Amino acid sequence: MLGKKTVTFADDVRSDTSEEAFEKLKKPYYANKKLTDPVKEVEDKWQLLPAFLKVKGLVKQHIDSYNYFVETELRKIVRTNEMITSDVDPSFWLKYLDIRVGPPDRPDTDHEAHINVFTPHECRLRDLTYSGNIYVDIEYVRGKKRVVRKNTIIGKMPIMLRSSKCALTGKSEAELAKMFECPLDPGGYFIIKGTEKVILIQEQLSKNRIIVEGDKKGLVQAYVTSSTHERKSKTYIVAKNDAKNDKITLKHNSISEEIPIVIVMKAMGIQSDKEISQLISGGNRTFLNMFSPNIEQCAKMKIFTQKQALDYIGSKVKVTRKIANVRRPMAEEALEVLSTVVLAHVPVKDLNFQPKCIYIAIMIRRVLMALANENLVDDRDYVGNKRLELAGSLLSLLFEDLFKKFNFDLKMNIDKLLKKPNRATEFDAHKQLMQHGDSITNGFVRAIATGNWTLKRFKMERAGITHVLSRLSYISALGTMTRITSQYEKTRKVSGPRALQPSQWGMLCPADTPEGEACGLVKNLALMTHITTDDEEQPLRRLAFNLGIEDVNSLTGAELYRNNAYMVFLNGLMLGITCQPNSFVQDFRRLRRCGRISEFVSIYVNHHHNAVHIASDGGRVCRPLIIVENMIPKVNTKHIQKLKRDEMAFADFLAQGLVEYLDVNEENDSNIAIYEREIIAETTHLEIEPFTILGAVAGLIPYPHHNQSPRNTYQCAMGKQAIGAIAYNQLRRIDTLLYLMVYPQQPMVKTKTIELVGYDKLPAGQNAIVAVMSYSGYDIEDALVLNKASVDRGFGRCQVMRKHVALMKRYANGSFDRIVDPPAQVDCPTGPSAERFNILDSDGIAGVGERVMPGQVIVNRHTPTNLSANIPVNMPIMNAPVIQFTWKHSPLTYKAPEPGYIDKVCVTTTEQEQTLIKILIRQTRVPELGDKFSSRHGQKGVCGIIVPQEDMPFSDSGICPDIIMNPHGFPSRMTVGKMIELLAGKAGVLKGELQYGTAFGGSKVEDMSKILIENGYSYSGKDYVTSGITGEPLSAYIFFGPVYYQKLKHMVVDKMHARARGPRAVLTRQPTEGRSRDGGLRLGEMERDCLVGYGASMLLMERLMISSDQFDVHVCEQCGLLGYKGWCQNCKSSKFMVTMQMPYAAKLLFQELQSMNIAPRLILEEF
Amino acid sequence: MSKSSSKRASAAQDRLELIQSRVIVERDSVSSISSSDFPFHTSNRYSNIDFLEKIRKKLRVSIEKKSQYDMEFDLIGVDASIANALRRIMIAEVPTLAIEKVFVYDNTSIVQDEVLAHRLGLIPIKANPDEFDFKLSTEHPTDQNTIVFKLKQECKRNPKTAANETDPKKLYLNHNALIWEPKGDQADRFKDSQIRPVHQDILVAQMRPGQKIELEAHCEKGCGKEHAKWSPVATASYRLMPEIILKEEITGDLAIKFASCFTPGVVEVKDENVDGKTIEVAKVVNPRIDMVSREVLRHKEFEDKLELNLREF
Repeated sequence: MLGKKTVTFADDVRSDTSEEAFEKLKKPYYANKKLTDPVKEVEDKWQLLPAFLKVKGLVKQHIDSYNYFVETELRKIVRTNEMITSDVDPSFWLKYLDIRVGPPDRPDTDHEAHINVFTPHECRLRDLTYSGNIYVDIEYVRGKKRVVRKNTIIGKMPIMLRSSKCALTGKSEAELAKMFECPLDPGGYFIIKGTEKVILIQEQLSKNRIIVEGDKKGLVQAYVTSSTHERKSKTYIVAKNDAKNDKITLKHNSISEEIPIVIVMKAMGIQSDKEISQLISGGNRTFLNMFSPNIEQCAKMKIFTQKQALDYIGSKVKVTRKIANVRRPMAEEALEVLSTVVLAHVPVKDLNFQPKCIYIAIMIRRVLMALANENLVDDRDYVGNKRLELAGSLLSLLFEDLFKKFNFDLKMNIDKLLKKPNRATEFDAHKQLMQHGDSITNGFVRAIATGNWTLKRFKMERAGITHVLSRLSYISALGTMTRITSQYEKTRKVSGPRALQPSQWGMLCPADTPEGEACGLVKNLALMTHITTDDEEQPLRRLAFNLGIEDVNSLTGAELYRNNAYMVFLNGLMLGITCQPNSFVQDFRRLRRCGRISEFVSIYVNHHHNAVHIASDGGRVCRPLIIVENMIPKVNTKHIQKLKRDEMAFADFLAQGLVEYLDVNEENDSNIAIYEREIIAETTHLEIEPFTILGAVAGLIPYPHHNQSPRNTYQCAMGKQAIGAIAYNQLRRIDTLLYLMVYPQQPMVKTKTIELVGYDKLPAGQNAIVAVMSYSGYDIEDALVLNKASVDRGFGRCQVMRKHVALMKRYANGSFDRIVDPPAQVDCPTGPSAERFNILDSDGIAGVGERVMPGQVIVNRHTPTNLSANIPVNMPIMNAPVIQFTWKHSPLTYKAPEPGYIDKVCVTTTEQEQTLIKILIRQTRVPELGDKFSSRHGQKGVCGIIVPQEDMPFSDSGICPDIIMNPHGFPSRMTVGKMIELLAGKAGVLKGELQYGTAFGGSKVEDMSKILIENGYSYSGKDYVTSGITGEPLSAYIFFGPVYYQKLKHMVVDKMHARARGPRAVLTRQPTEGRSRDGGLRLGEMERDCLVGYGASMLLMERLMISSDQFDVHVCEQCGLLGYKGWCQNCKSSKFMVTMQMPYAAKLLFQELQSMNIAPRLILEEF
Repeated sequence: MSKSSSKRASAAQDRLELIQSRVIVERDSVSSISSSDFPFHTSNRYSNIDFLEKIRKKLRVSIEKKSQYDMEFDLIGVDASIANALRRIMIAEVPTLAIEKVFVYDNTSIVQDEVLAHRLGLIPIKANPDEFDFKLSTEHPTDQNTIVFKLKQECKRNPKTAANETDPKKLYLNHNALIWEPKGDQADRFKDSQIRPVHQDILVAQMRPGQKIELEAHCEKGCGKEHAKWSPVATASYRLMPEIILKEEITGDLAIKFASCFTPGVVEVKDENVDGKTIEVAKVVNPRIDMVSREVLRHKEFEDKLELNLREF
């Protein structure tokens, strides 16, 4: 309040004498404004959002992370593994000087031949991998000389689309169009062998941070997952809180049993009990009392010196070394484990254990604090304790592993060669390097293609890291790009990790999560979320010391826990202490705001732990907020106007300190107002726009804040199944399955998010005029009534394109598949009729535009009959004798039940020089009974009946609805948003403009009603409607207007299935299973039980045997075994043979039992 | 006594009359929606005179508006069922000609063949259906049941445009229409009335230079109930004649508010001289154009001051 007062005072009243001005101030009104009047809202501050997305893009996290990997991380990895030496020749060495990734490159070209760039679209069409060469510069010894070689290729690196290495980056829309690429496509995925693969964002607990957890039994433990480039390990400090055993111990994988903590401290060189207790309690009586039994215990064990302690620990250390070197003294073993393995991320330089001792002491203190006050355990589900792992960090792990393996193989090979006593040519390591070309390339391709990250070196074994980018609709593609999976098991029935965390606000979308087993474990990013990449620590450390931190190494326990001393941590490591935490933090933030340090560095105070944490590690989620100082947001209308005129970009807002990024932890340390009117004296930040708490998918819902929350979640799942436009290059793509809508429309009721993500340019749905009323009884249980005239005119019409592939294989013996022209007369003995070959062109491939009937041949392929005949491989092709192959038919036929049209034929070659023929077959589908539709509010329904237009009700203005929806869909679903959408849509239609249904905003119902009234409609959106059948008016007014309807991919033609007779399985002779194999419908166990219970034995007999796999068997009544017709091989007699019927499966069972030396004998009786 | 009873009887009679002849528009519902079993037949009690005769006497059709593509007329003297029958017939049962079969010789545009055919089908064709026969699926096309159109267009760059032109409409030559190809004696039969699409500027496909469409389209006769493309009308609908009965005079500011509750032109506010003072009085002028938004029923002050009805015949 006070701050505001002085500001206005200084601005306007300068001319007045100070006394007068003071008098004015005392009045409740000043310049006609009350002091409590709301601050004027910054107009259009949402404009910051498109500015943000322009720089950041929707999937910038992926791209940033990949760029960081390719440009920085890659070099770091090489630098840590730069030398290769030989065990054989000590004078040999090889050193990597530099590494870089080249532009995307075709795998199969001599470089001069192709001048045109290698585009992602070519990869999609030709089933190639979009990758660039990895070049290294090396320096090595050849003979006696030192040689430097530049630009040696060691493999290929898959390139992320729109990353800094991608051919699409920085291209204009027109240039992209020339490359057949969609400007709206977000990028951030890879193309591996023609399929688009996304490396999903992985969620995990943060590394290198102390986390204290307790369980119901009273056990409290603090643990740290240490992760450095050298080592990854997990260290626990455990306190069992029961009467008998209340000692604190250290637990680690490399030590076979838990070690009393005081022994650990002593082993690290703090031998005095007083020093230990001071480090832990710092003079605090309670903690001292709690801890003293541990010291006693140590004394009882007669361990007093460092040597004794080390010996004790050394006897417990697990020796992992396989090659048994000379066994070192146990104390040394213990020293090594303590310095490098336990808490590996805390550096121990020259055996200076001081930082590690303090670190352990802090961990113990945290345990003691949690024992004293159980509220002080950490929340593992708190987003601030999580890190998101992106493509870049996963790839860097993979590369590290592959590179180490590559170097190891190289070294082995070099050793082998150097061992040879006399070599013909001079040894050149460069040649060896070139020979190992494929292991890195294949390693990348395999990992991304399968999604299995098996890195033994890092004890990592994860499956399902990558997903195929779903191209069902534009939104589903966006959805996969923002998806986050967590490492929790899906089967575990815990609610904690699945629950919506308050700290997710603004970072993760509250609505977008799947239903069912992955509910709450798979999440999606919100619109403005950014994920950080690693940042240099050294400058931050220097800065912190410059700002007056006292170094840890010079501190004693008493100083550590001094009353007002705050410990300062950098990425979980303690730097030192400060006594002015607030001014330290303020200074730090000020420096960040002026751009002296990275904007993604966060700093916050934790008053519970008396600690200041600085974080610069990668994987933190953060988002931009407007800075508020003295109750005034720093961004004002002038800035926004500049932004609109393109005089300012988002980066300028950051640079000028108007906007800053906050991560979850720092957010927790701030006071963020959602609206200007909510700003109070303590406010530090202002939300840019509240609707950004939703993600890209949930952002499509109009008025989501009026809906019951699960409805928004349902819509998030369904929006991904809606058929619509996929990308601008959709008609150039040849995907396995592509759904397209013929006449997609942008929604009448838009949201800001829709415009930001470009859904208005690639929509998936149509604005249907909906009448909410009951009609015909074919609309119960959410079924919809469709207007036949609307359907005739193109409503809900969609196309399904399916890819059919024929690969012309080359075989080892030099033979290959061939395509032949259609036979002149069909004389094939297997008897295909002439119509099968009708649509083939003279080249043996179906012609574009032809109508394909089921069963017709689309590629007339022949395969050689003999694949093993040996033909000299290295014979020059030109002189090769013409080998007579015999061929057999192996045509590619069209198998779908519905006819289609040949849309496209693509003939190309793969990487292995094999001819690849891709044929796209298109079906145009008109809505029919049973097709699934849905509005944008989780209200799905199938088409129940299609009614002729003349029978449909019509309004006074002559409008007939496209869809009639049953009003029973509303009361239990509570999707008020849908009603408002209808109202806003109707108003928009009448006024001739689009309306907005943005979350927490949008067009107001009152304004919409006003527009309706102005145009002669009822304010309520309900119209007077006449029945089309009787011609009489309906006695109720009908809620009538446009609602955006999506057609979902589930269509009856794909599901409809019935069978009378059909194929049977070979082994059991029972009907096959599943629609794709024209299978039967199973009368299962439970159905059988019903029939047994009812006693319908004849029906049972019919269902289970006669209609399934009845078989006539010949049984010998004497021995009870199966025989032949009129002959029992067992009894060598024909006397007692009878025939009977049994299921073939039973006969099979008997025979299988016989094969296992069990004789099942049938004892027959007269029936 | 007798006077009051007769009054009551006449009130009941009025009410009956109202229910029989009007649809009553209320705030939350429409009542008295059903008309009698057939026009002018109100109940079995009254022996009816020949109602056909009555229709003949009373039925009147007055055309209110007629332009090239629109027509509005009043149908007076019959009830809704007759109007509805007309509406239904217009939508579904009046035959027209529409493109039914398309033979695509060449189509390199981005519009797929089926979609193109569907779009062509929806183009209204100006041809007299009476001159043609329905074509059965077993029949071959003849000049009596089929009209043939041809469309052949290749998109080319316009040589006359400026170098920096970006408007595709000016940049490319991309315009052609369906051309009727008379078969048999059709040229003779229809020399006075050229057969053509009703509108020449319906967008079928947009092309880029080098793209080509060449096709032959066959029109057949059909009805709207089979496919909406044969429906001769964009839509046909009717409404009942609104009736606004003022039970008492509405004056002053209220009158202005009252007028604003209706479609402009329905209620006019007129100055009237009462007792030497001019006051504004609301007068219902043209109830026909009212859109029946029921806005007036929302306001408490007009409660009991008016009755909103729709005339059933």
